[in-house]
Amino acid sequence: MLKRVHFPPSLLPYLLVAPQVIITVVFFIWPASQAVYQSFLVEDAFGLSTEFVWFENFTYLWNSRQYLDTFGRTIYFSAAVAFLSMSFALILAGFADRVIRGSTIYRTLLIWPYAVAPVLAGALWLFMFNPTLGIIPFMLDNVGYDWNHYLNGNQAMCLVIIAAAWKQVAYNFLFYLAAMQSIPKSIIEAAAIDGAGPFRRFATVIFPLISPTTFFLLVVNAVYAFFETFGIIHAVTQGGPANATTTLVYKVYNDGFIGLDLGGSAAQSVILMILVIAMTVVQFRFIEKRVQY
Amino acid sequence: MVENRPFVTILAHLVLIFGVALVALPVWITFVGASHDGARMLQAPIPMWPGDQFFVNLRQTFLGNGLDGTRTAPVWMMMFNSLVMAMMIAVGKIAISLLSAYAIVYFKFPFRMGVFWMIFITLMLPVEVRILPTFEVIADLGMLNSYWGLTVPLIASATATFMFRQVFLTIPDEMLESARIDGAGPMRFFWDILLPLSRTNIAALFVILFIYGWNQYLWPLLITTDANMMTIVVSIKQMLEASEQTPQWNIIMMTALLAMVPPIIVVIAMQRLFVKGLTETDK
Repeated sequence: MLKRVHFPPSLLPYLLVAPQVIITVVFFIWPASQAVYQSFLVEDAFGLSTEFVWFENFTYLWNSRQYLDTFGRTIYFSAAVAFLSMSFALILAGFADRVIRGSTIYRTLLIWPYAVAPVLAGALWLFMFNPTLGIIPFMLDNVGYDWNHYLNGNQAMCLVIIAAAWKQVAYNFLFYLAAMQSIPKSIIEAAAIDGAGPFRRFATVIFPLISPTTFFLLVVNAVYAFFETFGIIHAVTQGGPANATTTLVYKVYNDGFIGLDLGGSAAQSVILMILVIAMTVVQFRFIEKRVQY
Repeated sequence: MVENRPFVTILAHLVLIFGVALVALPVWITFVGASHDGARMLQAPIPMWPGDQFFVNLRQTFLGNGLDGTRTAPVWMMMFNSLVMAMMIAVGKIAISLLSAYAIVYFKFPFRMGVFWMIFITLMLPVEVRILPTFEVIADLGMLNSYWGLTVPLIASATATFMFRQVFLTIPDEMLESARIDGAGPMRFFWDILLPLSRTNIAALFVILFIYGWNQYLWPLLITTDANMMTIVVSIKQMLEASEQTPQWNIIMMTALLAMVPPIIVVIAMQRLFVKGLTETDK
C-alpha cells in the first residue's frame, strides 16, 4: 500500500491529490448524494413545491408493474448479450488458439469492433435491418418471414441484442485467447497422449481451466449490457415499440429528462448505484481469487 | 501444435474466416452504402458491392452540413470536437491519476486512506447512474456547451489511479533511496524517474482512454445543445432521426464511417499497447 521509504510529510501530497479530489467531490460525490436526497422527494406537476416522502418513490417503483418489467427485461437483455457474444468469442478463440500461423492476423481482424461506439454499432445494424431497404429483411422476406422492428417488440429486442453483442465479441475474444494461450502446453500434451482429441481436450481441459476468465467476462459483459448500451437503445429503438426495449438506464434517462419525474428518476438512480456496488464487489472478490489460483 | 490433424486445422481456418466475415459484414455494408449515390440507396435490395460515388460522398459529407433538414454542424467540425474531447479526457485522466497515485504511494499524510477510498467510490458511480444531478451541477457552473463541461466530469478515474498505483508499487525502493541521496526532491523524482519508468503504461492507457473519450455518447448528448459543439458520435442519432423523413443513407453511412475510422485506426496501429492497456486496467 505505502512504500517503506517515503517522503516526509509536507503540503505537497495534498496539492497532488487536489485535482482528483475536487473533481470527485463536485461531479461524483455531490451529485450522487443529491440523487439520494431527491429520491426521497416528490415534486408537484408544475415544479412549484416539493414534499419529503421518505421511501414512497421506492415503494412506488416496487409496486410498479412497468418498473419490474423493465428490471426483468434488462436482466434478460444482459444475459442474452453476454451469452451470445461470449459463446461466439469462445468458439473463435478456441480455433484461433489452435492455428499456429496467422493467429495474430485473426486477432487483428477480430478486435477492432471494440473501437466502434455503441451508438454506431446500433446505426450499422439498424441499417442492415431496415424493414424497407435492409439486406436482412430482404433475405428473410424470401423465406416468408416478415421483419419490422418498428412494430414488433420481440424483433426490436433481437436487433438491439445483436448490435450490443457484436460490439462486445472483440473484448471477449481477446480475453479468451489470452487465457487459452497462458495454459501450459504440457497439460494439453498430457491430455493428447492420453488419447483425447482436439474437441474433447477443449471440453474437458481447456474450458474448465479458463473458467475464471469466463466468470470475469460474465461480470464485465453484464456491466456493459446494463450501462453502456444506452447509445444502442437510444439510437435504434428509443426503448420502443411500447417499451419493449426499455432498459433500466434508458428508463432513468427517459423519466428524468423527458418525463421530468425527478423523484422517480432519482430513486431509479439509487437502485442502479446499489446494483453497480454489488457488481463491483463481485468483481473485486473474484480478482482476489484469481491471484491465488 | 500437439498433433497434426489437417482436417481440424482447415476447419479452424474456415471457422475463423467465417467469424471475421460475420464481424466485418456491418462495416462492409456501411462502406458500400457510403459509396453509392442517394437515389441508388433507396432501392431495395441495397447493393452489396461498392459504387463509384465514394469520394463525392466523402467531399459532400466532410465539408458540407451533413443531411438536409438537420441542424448539424459540418462534419469536419464535429470530428474536431470529438478529437478535442477525446484528447482532453485521455490527457486529463492520465495527469490527475498519475499525480494522485504518486501522492498515495510515496507520501504519508493524514487522510491518505480517506482519499484512497474516495477515489475507489468513483468506480461505483458511472455517469449513467447520476445523470440528472451531474447535469444540474454543470448547468449551475455554466459549463453547458463547452469543452470543459464535456470532459471534466469524466476525468476522475479510479481505474487509472489504481493502475498507476500498481506500477509505482513495483518500482524498487532503492530508486527512491538513491534519488534522495543524490539530492532529488519529490517533484524531481516524479519527473525524472517515475514518469520515464511508467511510459509504456501511460501510452497503453492513452490508447484505451482515447477510444473511451471519442465514443462518449450519453454525456455529450446532454451537455451539447449548440450544434457547433456537437460530437460526431452524437450526430449519428440526429441523422437517423432525420432519415425517417428524408432518408439519405449514403450521407449517414459516410458519417458513420468517418465516426468510427479514427478509433479503429488507433486500435489497429497500436495493437500491442491496446491489448496491454485493456488487460491491465481491468484488474
